[in-house]
Amino acid sequence: MTSKRQALTHLERLESQSIEIFREVAASFERPVMMYSIGKDSSVLLHLARKAFFPSKIPFPLLHIDTTWKFREMIAFRDRMAEEYGFELRVHTNQEGVANNINPFDHGSSRYTDIMKTAALRQALSAGQYDAAIGGARRDEEKSRAKERIFSHRNAAHAWDPKNQRPELWRVFNTRINPGESMRVFPLSNWTELDIWTYIHAEQIPIVPLYFAAKRPVVERSGTLIMIDDDRYRLEDGERPREEMVRFRTLGCYPLTGAIRSNAASLAEIIMEMQASTTSEREGRLIDSDQAGSMEKKKQEGYF
Amino acid sequence: MTAQIAPAAETDIAQWLEEQTDKSLLRFLTCGSVDDGKSTLIGRLLYDSQLILDDQLASLQSDSRNRNVGEEGIDFSLLVDGLVAEREQGITIDVAYRFFSTDKRKFIVADTPGHEQYTRNMATGASNADVALLLIDARKGILTQTRRHSFILSLLGVKHVVLVVNKIDLVDYDRETFAAIDQGFRAFSADLGFESIVSIPVSALRGDNIVTRSERTPWFEGQPLLGYLETLEVGQQAQDRPFRFPVQWVNRPNLDFRGFSGTVASGTVKLGDDVLVASSRKPARVDRIVTMDGDRAEALAGEAVTLVLDREVDISRGDVLAQPGRVPDYSNQFQAQLVWMADEPAYPGRSYLLKLGSQLVPATLTDLKHRTNVNTLERSAAKNLALNEVGTVTLATDKPIAFDAYGENETMGGFILIDRINNLTLGAGTISFGLRRAQNLSYQQFDVNREVRARLKGQTPQIVWFTGLSGSGKSTVANLVEKRLTAEGRHAYILDGDNVRHGLNKDLGFTDAARVENIRRVAEVARLMADAGLIVLVSFISPFMNERRIAREIAGDIDFIEAYVNTPLDVCEARDPKGFYARARAGDIKNFTGISSPFEAPEQADIILEGATESPEAMAEVLYRKMVER
Repeated sequence: MTSKRQALTHLERLESQSIEIFREVAASFERPVMMYSIGKDSSVLLHLARKAFFPSKIPFPLLHIDTTWKFREMIAFRDRMAEEYGFELRVHTNQEGVANNINPFDHGSSRYTDIMKTAALRQALSAGQYDAAIGGARRDEEKSRAKERIFSHRNAAHAWDPKNQRPELWRVFNTRINPGESMRVFPLSNWTELDIWTYIHAEQIPIVPLYFAAKRPVVERSGTLIMIDDDRYRLEDGERPREEMVRFRTLGCYPLTGAIRSNAASLAEIIMEMQASTTSEREGRLIDSDQAGSMEKKKQEGYF
Repeated sequence: MTAQIAPAAETDIAQWLEEQTDKSLLRFLTCGSVDDGKSTLIGRLLYDSQLILDDQLASLQSDSRNRNVGEEGIDFSLLVDGLVAEREQGITIDVAYRFFSTDKRKFIVADTPGHEQYTRNMATGASNADVALLLIDARKGILTQTRRHSFILSLLGVKHVVLVVNKIDLVDYDRETFAAIDQGFRAFSADLGFESIVSIPVSALRGDNIVTRSERTPWFEGQPLLGYLETLEVGQQAQDRPFRFPVQWVNRPNLDFRGFSGTVASGTVKLGDDVLVASSRKPARVDRIVTMDGDRAEALAGEAVTLVLDREVDISRGDVLAQPGRVPDYSNQFQAQLVWMADEPAYPGRSYLLKLGSQLVPATLTDLKHRTNVNTLERSAAKNLALNEVGTVTLATDKPIAFDAYGENETMGGFILIDRINNLTLGAGTISFGLRRAQNLSYQQFDVNREVRARLKGQTPQIVWFTGLSGSGKSTVANLVEKRLTAEGRHAYILDGDNVRHGLNKDLGFTDAARVENIRRVAEVARLMADAGLIVLVSFISPFMNERRIAREIAGDIDFIEAYVNTPLDVCEARDPKGFYARARAGDIKNFTGISSPFEAPEQADIILEGATESPEAMAEVLYRKMVER
């Protein structure tokens, strides 16, 4: 770094503020955990966590809620990252859901998500007795997230009460909780999607290859392109996957995640495409549009 | 006005990305009373800047049925009123953050509620804002809530206010209505210390003066709202202040490495810099500035780094590393302004947890000096502070903490109080000053004391603190009084800009922070001189109420006379003995009191001298008699 700098750039500022939040968690909680969803925001989160504690290793485990329907490339990427950076990875799956064969086809996206994601998360957090769970949510993603605190209190049932949030002034964070309660912490609160991409570009952060356009087998369901990642996908009569140049703007369970047609095969092309695009990020996720206010309902029940 | 411009080709991407990251950031909040249209205004800003995405627009149009809509058929408030409960009630009940950027700047908007019981959320939004948009319904003018919010903005140190006179269409774009509101607000807020106030007539629903100047207000000559927000200069004040580094986390990966992780709160730190631990005053030198991207030669304010020191010093979370010679207070008692945010009122004698930076200590509310009526700014005695009330308090912490006055350093002077049982955030405070008697420095108790020294001189030590504009006649009057006292065989001394600015304070500039430090030092010197038995005449502009209050506080039990030389600006400017006003008007002198920096007239001066109508001799006579009669 040169000594000519007069002030931090926008990204440097965001980075420093996120690092400060990570350190506050490590210093204030007994059993923190970081949610690792393997998406691009998680990649940024992981990068920031490594920076926050360098040269120490990340002083808490990373938790992945595996619904068993994630893209295969995501799981491979997750395991590679854990090995490369030497963090402690914990994976939890709702075994009861697996035993009952809960899946997106028979049970609908809403019930499936509730059991395999939200309930699974509650199980994992209770079992781990985590008092702080760090997540990658951003305020620019969705309207109810725009109001979330950076340190967001959860009662013993992991529920969020939007009308009883603690005021959060300056960067003085109230990290105090009573036994059984927990805190959700969002270091990326003030980042936008563009910030995430420009930061990934600037810092050369590894991300799952699914973000880059490639020929992939897809079917089109009511306007949404679904990639057929394995033979569990139930094709309708006459429906046949066809190879298309597609990529993903957001990653989740493959039967519920829409791809977009794109030729953007590099970060620069993704950013260019994003700047020209006129739809917002979560549109590719089917779970949000089930009902008005659906994200807020999920959050009150414990979803991230 | 166009939204973010996409780069034309991949070859441009590097440069384009650089432009993105080099953009400055402006954080602003919107506040005002219910139904003034805050959410509509933000929605309109996003819409007119072409930042609404297709799917958002579609969902907006479908949601807008059965609601009040503008010419575009859209209820813009739906964009920001996120929570279902709010949409149903039609009010905003919490702080919502919005992000947008134009080709000139990035913005983070905090939309804060106007409903009375949610004032605490407004304080939350204000604590991180550079600018406040204060909405006023043109039909209703300035309301109680407007006054309350202005006061909270002032309390939290927001320097720039945009008075957004909304619904101007509903008063037929009437210039007089706008002018009356503008003038009323300026009169009301004169004592609130805002650096700038700009009024803009808008209709958020119809888009007047939001992005472009409206043809329907031809009489309005200012910038439209977005243009103003894009070009407003906000200072990098933290960078110029003394170095402060609150230690957040001790970084010990192994026995060979011991670093202190934290964020530079103010100033800069370079390799080899000497630092002091604020609590123990133990010195050390910065050996390494560690980051994952490699060691740095320096770190700026706002930067999160890990410092390695050259020697073993006892440092843990909560300690503050500071610049030697400019260390923060380290004490267990201070005076503060407190905004109460909980249903259960604050009572003197109660114990809370206090968090300031990374310091967390039990603290007792030792005294509630008074409550400030946020509508009239009047102070009154109070037994408690209820939800949304503001008061002046003293607090005692169980062990000393390092702090600065909030006006000098927001990170080192802003704190929250936490309930010891249920852990709720109960209130937010801004430290005014440390209380001297609490300082953990042992003052030598001499047998020879002020009284003895004063008796030796046959006089009662006094501090006469002049305040008034440049050219008001302060120094002239001070000189006449000094001559008279000296002629009578008494020992007096004048402290003024000439003998202090050129010596003791020659390292200080004219920023607000430097001015406050200037006055603080002068007040300390005046106190020492008075302690030595002298009569001290202090002749500085001292434009801020706050600094005069500090001066009075520093004087402690020494007789302190605040003498206001009340000479109007036009008279001073006509005199202009040193040619300063002409240069300030020409823009050659920045931050010149009365021209480009405010003068806060005293509310409770001990004596007021009318410089426009009375001669210097007559004023000196009046002041002399006042001094003798004490």
